[in-house]
Amino acid sequence: MLCATSRLLAARTATALPAQPRGRGPGARCRRRELHFPGHPELDLDDFLTGRLARPSVPVGRRAILRRGRMPPAVGGGPARSELRPRRGRCGPQTARVVGPDETAKPAARSRKRPGWGSRHFEAAGRWALLALVTLLSFATRFHRLDEPPHVCWDETHFGKMGSYYINRTFFFDVHPPLGKMLIGLAGYLSGYDGTFLFQKPGDKYEHHNYMGMRGFCAFLGSLLVPFAYLIVLELSNSLPAALLTAALLTFDTGCLTLSQYILLDPILMFFIMAAMLSMVKHNSCANRPFSAPWWFWLSLTGINLAGALGVKFVGLFIILQVGWNTISDLWHLFGDLSLSVVTVGKHLTARILCLIVLPLTLYTATYAVHFMVLNKSGPGDGFFSSAFQARLSGNNLHNASIPEHLAYGSVITVKNLRMAIGYLHSHRHLYPEGIGARQQQVTTYLHKDYNNLWIIKKHNTNADPLDPSLPVEFVRHGDIIRLEHKETSRNLHSHYHEAPLTRKHYQVTGYGINGTGDSNDFWRIEVVNRKFGNRIKVLRSRIRLIHLVTGCVLGSSGKVLPKWGWEQLEVTCTPYLKETLNSIWNVEDHINPKLPNISLDVLQPSFPEVLLESHMVMIRGNNGLKPKDNEFTSKPWHWPVNYQGLRFSGINDTDFRVYLLGNPVVWWLNLLSIALYLLLGSIIAVAVQRGAHLPAEVEGLSQVLLRGGGQLLLGWILHYFPFFLMGRILYFHHYFPAMLFSSMLTGILWDTLLRLWAWSLASSSLARGLYVVGNLSLLLGTAYSFYLFHPLAYGMVGPLAQDPRSPMAGLRWLESWDF
Amino acid sequence: MLGFLKHPVVVTADINLNVVALTAMGLLSRLWQLSYPRAVVFDEVYYGQYISFYMKRIFFLDGSGPPFGHMLLALGGYLGGFDGNFLWNRIGAEYSSNVPVWSLRLLPALTGALSVPMAYQILSELGFSHCAAMGAALLMLIENALITQSRLMLLESVLIFFNLLAVLSYLKFSNSQKQRPFSPSWWFWLTLTGVACSCAVGVKYVGVFTYLLVLAVAGVHAWHLIGDRSLSNVSVLCHLLARAAALLVVPAAMYLLFFYVHLSLVYRSGPHDQIMSSAFQASLEGGLARITQGQPLEVAYGSQVTLKNVFGKPVPCWLHSHQSTYPMIYENGRGSSHQQQVTCYPFKDVNNWWIVKDPGRHQLVVSNPPRPVRHGDVVQLVHGMTTRFLNTHDVAAPLSPHSQEVSCYVDYNVSMPSQNLWRLDIVNRDSDAGVWKTILSEVRLVHVNTSAVLKLSGAHLPDWGFRQLEVVGEKLSRGYHESTVWNVEEHRYGKSQEQEEREVELHSPTQMDVHRNLSFLARFLELQWRMLTAKSDGSEHKYSSSPLDWVTLDTSIAYWLHPRTSAQIHLLGNVVIWASASLATAVYTLLFFWYLLRRRRKICDLPEDSWLRWVLAGALCAGGWAVNYVPFFLMEKTLFLYHYLPALTFQILLLPVVLQHISDHLCRTQLLRSLFSALLVAWYSCACHVFNTLRPLTYGDKSLSPSELKALRWKDSWDILIRKYQ
Repeated sequence: MLCATSRLLAARTATALPAQPRGRGPGARCRRRELHFPGHPELDLDDFLTGRLARPSVPVGRRAILRRGRMPPAVGGGPARSELRPRRGRCGPQTARVVGPDETAKPAARSRKRPGWGSRHFEAAGRWALLALVTLLSFATRFHRLDEPPHVCWDETHFGKMGSYYINRTFFFDVHPPLGKMLIGLAGYLSGYDGTFLFQKPGDKYEHHNYMGMRGFCAFLGSLLVPFAYLIVLELSNSLPAALLTAALLTFDTGCLTLSQYILLDPILMFFIMAAMLSMVKHNSCANRPFSAPWWFWLSLTGINLAGALGVKFVGLFIILQVGWNTISDLWHLFGDLSLSVVTVGKHLTARILCLIVLPLTLYTATYAVHFMVLNKSGPGDGFFSSAFQARLSGNNLHNASIPEHLAYGSVITVKNLRMAIGYLHSHRHLYPEGIGARQQQVTTYLHKDYNNLWIIKKHNTNADPLDPSLPVEFVRHGDIIRLEHKETSRNLHSHYHEAPLTRKHYQVTGYGINGTGDSNDFWRIEVVNRKFGNRIKVLRSRIRLIHLVTGCVLGSSGKVLPKWGWEQLEVTCTPYLKETLNSIWNVEDHINPKLPNISLDVLQPSFPEVLLESHMVMIRGNNGLKPKDNEFTSKPWHWPVNYQGLRFSGINDTDFRVYLLGNPVVWWLNLLSIALYLLLGSIIAVAVQRGAHLPAEVEGLSQVLLRGGGQLLLGWILHYFPFFLMGRILYFHHYFPAMLFSSMLTGILWDTLLRLWAWSLASSSLARGLYVVGNLSLLLGTAYSFYLFHPLAYGMVGPLAQDPRSPMAGLRWLESWDF
Repeated sequence: MLGFLKHPVVVTADINLNVVALTAMGLLSRLWQLSYPRAVVFDEVYYGQYISFYMKRIFFLDGSGPPFGHMLLALGGYLGGFDGNFLWNRIGAEYSSNVPVWSLRLLPALTGALSVPMAYQILSELGFSHCAAMGAALLMLIENALITQSRLMLLESVLIFFNLLAVLSYLKFSNSQKQRPFSPSWWFWLTLTGVACSCAVGVKYVGVFTYLLVLAVAGVHAWHLIGDRSLSNVSVLCHLLARAAALLVVPAAMYLLFFYVHLSLVYRSGPHDQIMSSAFQASLEGGLARITQGQPLEVAYGSQVTLKNVFGKPVPCWLHSHQSTYPMIYENGRGSSHQQQVTCYPFKDVNNWWIVKDPGRHQLVVSNPPRPVRHGDVVQLVHGMTTRFLNTHDVAAPLSPHSQEVSCYVDYNVSMPSQNLWRLDIVNRDSDAGVWKTILSEVRLVHVNTSAVLKLSGAHLPDWGFRQLEVVGEKLSRGYHESTVWNVEEHRYGKSQEQEEREVELHSPTQMDVHRNLSFLARFLELQWRMLTAKSDGSEHKYSSSPLDWVTLDTSIAYWLHPRTSAQIHLLGNVVIWASASLATAVYTLLFFWYLLRRRRKICDLPEDSWLRWVLAGALCAGGWAVNYVPFFLMEKTLFLYHYLPALTFQILLLPVVLQHISDHLCRTQLLRSLFSALLVAWYSCACHVFNTLRPLTYGDKSLSPSELKALRWKDSWDILIRKYQ
């Protein structure tokens, strides 16, 4: 079996000849320097294929001693010696490596594939070929049946719709930053999608609309994840098997596959996360040649990718934390290196600030600039934003409008709450129902524009019509006592000592009186926040509070939704707590007064920083507003790593085309096991080192990879997973996938190390080699086979559900909570 | 043998008179006129209720903290002979004569007083000078907010005491580590650390942050211990095990102990019963236990049962049906099946009774011997009063259109067949042949035709449904959720064949005899879970504040106002101390990073031992401040100024550390040093002056005139109460 395997391998290498990695892009140049750097182990393809455990990481002299101490003479030709050789080969001339002292000990099959002219080009070609293979496989799996199902799946309804908004240039609101949707829109635009499809609900048929461009774009980015992970692991561990295993885990994971195949933000987000990680790792390996071109290239690329990650979703923050941590520890090491002058360290610091803070911030801001430039038409998102903001949007009634600037008695106005998504002060011809405060007319807030939002501002003590042309214009001033009359129903804004319908500690607000005649409970003092008494009140710009004269409470909206009787509008109350919160601050939006001159609203247009700030506030609130309901099933973070439950992308019944987002259980459970094993192994090694145990050279090299490279990945997993436990918003299964990428990479490194350690501990070299090869192959084949079993989840299935024995998925429902 | 007789018995007493004096002053400041005011002050209204519950042995549930703190307060009531008869209904209410105010307030006051000498001890254990230690204690002594908080029935001072105790005993332990490991005093301090930590957590959940800090410091020390090559592997292992036992096992055991004592103290049913599961309620004396006592355990075919929803949100309720039908057309124009309504009803009612029926047989009585219902069995549920079958079908539910309507089947002959078979799925079964047990079994009812699950949707039905809660069939059974789980609460074997007899039987109370009880661990887990998930409605409060206001003391809380005069108690800190403590934290941070960066470049400004001392003091004091302060930014509950006091205490400890450091290391000449000392004296007298000025608001003993009160309103945000008409 062993023989056969190596022959098989030999046959493969015959096509992909081993060589040193040379000359591939800017990264390779700095790698060449690295070869003389003792801290960085390298592994050659041929050594891997012959099962040589190359882990040279200690100086040659020390290794020689160790070899004598460690290896009993009986197994002198074992792994330890082969362990030495590649190092020598790499440092010395190429030919020295070709004729090894234990050449005869090799299987006969091996001598065939070691060409005397083994040049670097072939080794590089081998590496390239492997990378190409990995990439090709990834693309093949991701693009296979990409057009299926030809209807809207799951969140495509949101992100596809938002892509269309960009094409149609209508303004919308979403809780995520704009970059991802902009890219989707761009992909659609370039591929000839015209933005006319409505994306109303999951299951809608695309028909003649061109959706493949957008899906293809997402699948393209999703496919790149696999080669990225491959390269990251290769960079961190210098072990091809580890990188291959990682690539296999990701390629054959049904979850990653499904998530990459649809118009979603996740493939874009994961692309940027992995790209940032890759460039960070590449930059780290250029550490010995600071300020060289590749060093700058990877550093700034890291910054660009960070901006991309944050620009797609706010969870991009986690990779920023990771890069930040890496940078700080890097700088700390540089700072502690007394051979570097403080000025040099300062240069390092400046370079980091430029590339990792200034550059990403600029790019991030730039995406918003593009966002606001593209979306210049009024659309469904208007109501979420402040009045001043809306003035920017063509089609909005505030756009290019001209209204009187100062508020005067007799003006007809709309009053908008400053807190986002609360809306306009509103009343209508319906009374509060029996048993809820006084049975008077309802006052609510309403997000849409409507005639019932109009109020007339009047003096408290006279009912004379202020619009009578004979009277002079009298402006409303800060501190005046006023009355607000509802224009449609002629009732006054009123409050009294009755508890509000939902917020029991506040007072009820009603419409009261007939034709404007009410009582003293209709009087309100109008105050401008942070202004002196006597000032006039400006439209849009003045932030006003209305204080009830009799009870001393402040008009506000609690933001709670009234039941059916209140038409599910929001509750308006009078709050006895005088603290300034946005809920109780209003501004005047529309303003009609024929006696006053109109001014153009263009002067009110907010500057770009203000717009940027406002849109962030709105997004953060929107995110906080996504709260799960009590009696709903929600996905909990602890469900995710155990692959407890999937997400239905499409279809429910046995006649539907069903796609179910679920990780490949073999991959996921292996990942879970690996994290536990990693923690165990890592702490054992750490304690052993702390106790001052002398590790053999091989183990020390392996443990360095495990602690450093694995530590980076573990940190990535932790950062992308644990913050979700603290989040109050509603969570979904797919939030785990960035963390899953990191844990798969960790699995790759861990198992490679474990197998090497295990093989190393065996006495016989051939057994060790066999064990290593067999172990790696079985892991690779195992994941591939499990993918064969579970692939219908991703590529779609029709027919009976899994509990039916006739179903192709019968017997694969390993957990009762999976419902496919 | 009698050798000890040859030597005289010698007791060497080593009394630090400073500590004695500080204790005395602390006691004086905290205990002076302790029973004044004889009225409910601020949150006493809240803790007082729980004290009364303890006195009356009534079960209650308080989500704000574990029971240890409440029990300590109740201990005061017990020692003072309080009978629990006081209506804690409003702040300012006069205490009746049966309330032992002094002994109720004694414990918090004592802990507050003892914090003063403990500050002294902590600083001297940290290796700082006697002057610095005195300084820390004196600052604690004149901090108005700490005094106010200690003199009332509140828990902050107790929490602060245990926090300080944990730090102090850890320091004592780690100092004796160097000289005599495994000596009795080493063991004593180590164990005391664990005990104090668990007490802090037991008083309030926020105590967990100090616990984590101590654990972290202990962890770092243990890591150094591992690296100590002079110790053998065995002794390292012993060290680690001892620490693990004292700092992990002991606190966990103590925490369980608190709950054990709590649950054995409050064994009677009370107003909070409804929140708990049926099984828990049945374990309390009175209440449900009185009803369920003697019920048959195993549900059999023919059993009459009430089904309670396990999730119980928004309110605990029972599966219910009544004569009314669903309206033909809903308000929004959708249609219904017009069959009989099935709802969830939050009150006990005869209409909550259902009969478990075998689909294959006709009788509605229990056969002899009873045939128990097992997991996986298919059953029908018959509504007791109307004899209709529980049914669900592919009709949208009234308020949750994605789910199926659940009804009691009425045959209108409109080609809508009855689909009334349910498969029983016992969630917490032991084996697949598990029997359906009263109270103990949690079951899901899975509809046989549509595989929908019976679920409480949580929505309130409109008027036509009498505002009861909606029950639906959830088609997409996306995993397990408690709102789909039900348990049998009341149960009896049905005996009546005829409907009239059965109705009479349903109206009569259940009777029979089987006794059962929940284990302590199950009760603990349930209680803890409910406490953690009990949502306090995020109601705003007049005196609530945000953590940002605390550092600058931009907020205050009016605790109590004399009914006639303007004497009042107001939670206000000593401004000088707050400002200088915050400043000291900033200075410490800056200096720390400055030294750290310089050390990295191999420039050592401080000698090694003084650097280590400086780091340890910072880790405990600045770290203690940070861990007790920063997490509040993430909390969504209503926050008050008093939440800052534990953090403030640590900050006060840091103040003398920084001052001594400045004097020792930064004042280079003798002249500068003297100048600095003079400044310190001036500064401290300034703090004393502030303390004295604010004293009337701290003790509430003196009525100030409106102009004096206005003069005290140093910040606009301080809400000092001023009577308009006096």
